[in-house]
Amino acid sequence: MSGILILEQTLNGLQFGLMLFLLAAGLTLVFGIMDMINLAHGSLYMIGAFLASTLVGATGSFVLGVLLAIPATAVVGMLLEITVLRQLYARDHLSQVLATFALILIANEAVRIIWGSDQPLTTPAALSGPVELLPGMYYASYRLVIIAVGLAVAVLLYFVVTKTRTGMLVRAGASNREMARAMGVDIRTLFTLVFGFGAGLCALAGAMLAPLFAVQVGMGENILILAFVVIVIGGIGSIRGALVGSIIVGMVDTIGRAFLPALLREFLPPQFAGAIGPALASILIYLLMAAVLFWKPQGLFPARG
Amino acid sequence: MKRTLAALGLALPLAFNAHAADKVKIGFISTLSGPSAALGVDIRDAFNLAVKLNGGKLGGLPAEVIVGDDQFKPEVGKQLAEKNIKLDRVDFLTGIVFSNIMLASVPEAFANKVIYVSPNAAPSPLAGAQCNPYFFAVSWPNDAYHEAAGKYATEKGFKNVYLMAPNYQAGKDSLAGFKRFFKGKIADEVYTNLGQLDYSAELAQVRAAKPDAIYVFLPGGMGINFIKQFVAAGLTKDMQLAVPGFGSDQDIIRAVGEPMLGLFDTAHWALDIDNAANKKFVAEFEKEYKRLPSLFASQGYDAAQLIDAAIRDVNGRIEDKEAVRKALKAAQFQSVRGPFKFNTNQYPIQNYYLRVVGKDSQGRLVNKTVSTVFKDHGDAYVQDCKMQ
Repeated sequence: MSGILILEQTLNGLQFGLMLFLLAAGLTLVFGIMDMINLAHGSLYMIGAFLASTLVGATGSFVLGVLLAIPATAVVGMLLEITVLRQLYARDHLSQVLATFALILIANEAVRIIWGSDQPLTTPAALSGPVELLPGMYYASYRLVIIAVGLAVAVLLYFVVTKTRTGMLVRAGASNREMARAMGVDIRTLFTLVFGFGAGLCALAGAMLAPLFAVQVGMGENILILAFVVIVIGGIGSIRGALVGSIIVGMVDTIGRAFLPALLREFLPPQFAGAIGPALASILIYLLMAAVLFWKPQGLFPARG
Repeated sequence: MKRTLAALGLALPLAFNAHAADKVKIGFISTLSGPSAALGVDIRDAFNLAVKLNGGKLGGLPAEVIVGDDQFKPEVGKQLAEKNIKLDRVDFLTGIVFSNIMLASVPEAFANKVIYVSPNAAPSPLAGAQCNPYFFAVSWPNDAYHEAAGKYATEKGFKNVYLMAPNYQAGKDSLAGFKRFFKGKIADEVYTNLGQLDYSAELAQVRAAKPDAIYVFLPGGMGINFIKQFVAAGLTKDMQLAVPGFGSDQDIIRAVGEPMLGLFDTAHWALDIDNAANKKFVAEFEKEYKRLPSLFASQGYDAAQLIDAAIRDVNGRIEDKEAVRKALKAAQFQSVRGPFKFNTNQYPIQNYYLRVVGKDSQGRLVNKTVSTVFKDHGDAYVQDCKMQ
């Protein structure tokens, strides 16, 4: 097992983790501040990708298309919040889960009616090949861009949440909503903004990942489950928890898929290793989540003291 | 004497009923929604095209095609089959893309002596010990493409091949088919999650393993992503990528685009197979639907042609199941794939070709035939089939 392989897998884990972070950041704030379980978060990821596909096609520029898709999806998210989700804050979690699950179905069918079941979105030509990072080590250039974008957003978010007044209000809302409201914070508007911001991050993740994956109906559901795993591990309502949780999940998943089957072959008969390896690798992150819930039920970085 | 009279009594109404039917009903079940819909839509469109080109008739009888969407769910496929057989009283069933859905749906047809003409799924159990007189596969046995790919890899002189497939039965079967005809060394055999979209971790392992070729069985969206990521990771110059025919057909080419150029695959049909039937099919399909037909479309078209020929050969007497079976088995039609006949298990004996993705005269990406890998190739299970 060479150093180059380990480095490449680390980059893969980081890239996957940072994209999960874009989704988890919005999700954790919504969950943390309003105590609202929003399953339709994945639908915003899908809508963002479809909008990006259309806008990239219309403008002829990948960067411009993606940049336009972010505010467009944010608007969709805010409209959704004002018209539907706002009615659900006072309800219990079960009602929220049922209502937002219905939103997933509605969003899927709506997208199918508007765009059809899938849309093309390809990597810009300049980024479609590999780059040589170290002698003999090639890495997909587009994945490097994803890492850069993910890190930039993480830094920006950290700055906004810890250093600005809006960020302070967000943190106040996350740690104690009632007290923040008692102190005169307009939680309603704040939340619409946070929701729109989260939707924008979803669009960024959807648009960045779409050339790697596919722009298709239902693309949000699988990744949403991972985003929930991330916020449970990181601690609900905490941006820092979302970042650490994302990178842990990204790394564990990648390293599990890469090295676990080979590791098992070392000390198990091949027929068992062949059957157990892929199965175990795919449930590794859920085992991790179970362990975190067992030892730290509030997550690694709980927002509420 | 009594027995003779009784037999006569039974035979007479049959004899009077043996005139031609006034129309033929086809139950068409396929996957028409969801990420895999492109395959079912191509089969349906091509089947309808064949009927249309025949003036709305099959074998001289006005044809009614009852289309149902199985939604990629075996239980829905089974329900549709039951409805088609009991309520619509169809004469033939056809259309299903996926083996698991078909295996759930056809027992109903077999029990009621309704003939199923498979335009795609042709799993190994129905080729061997469980072969059935009411099942005709007009496509290709599930392992065949992979066997051809294994033979191609051996002939090409690949010494060290990396294999990858989703972790489910068809994935394991496909790699078994490849290994049946590949004589070199297997670098590694990796099973990924069914439906996985990101292959970065697997690709890094492939790079480190340094094989001279990699063979992947990743149908639909999985294949689209794998090929895109394989190209982006820069692995194209280190090793040869090989896929089964449906891994680089028109539906995948539409989604992936330029990176497909130069990709090798194995299949029983291609756009450029040189015969009159195929030329007509490709031209008419493109005229009708404004896109190039895929493998799946060619299979749907041939399914309709096979039924057409059989009805014509029994002069429209489709109630006589035995005669229809005989006529189907004779396969008196011009297949778009060229030479085609049925084996004793009613699975095809046909040629398999090596194809490569290149550009046609209009600059579009298409599969071009390179050479013949297997001539008159059957399947590995036929000796277990006791059917006469």
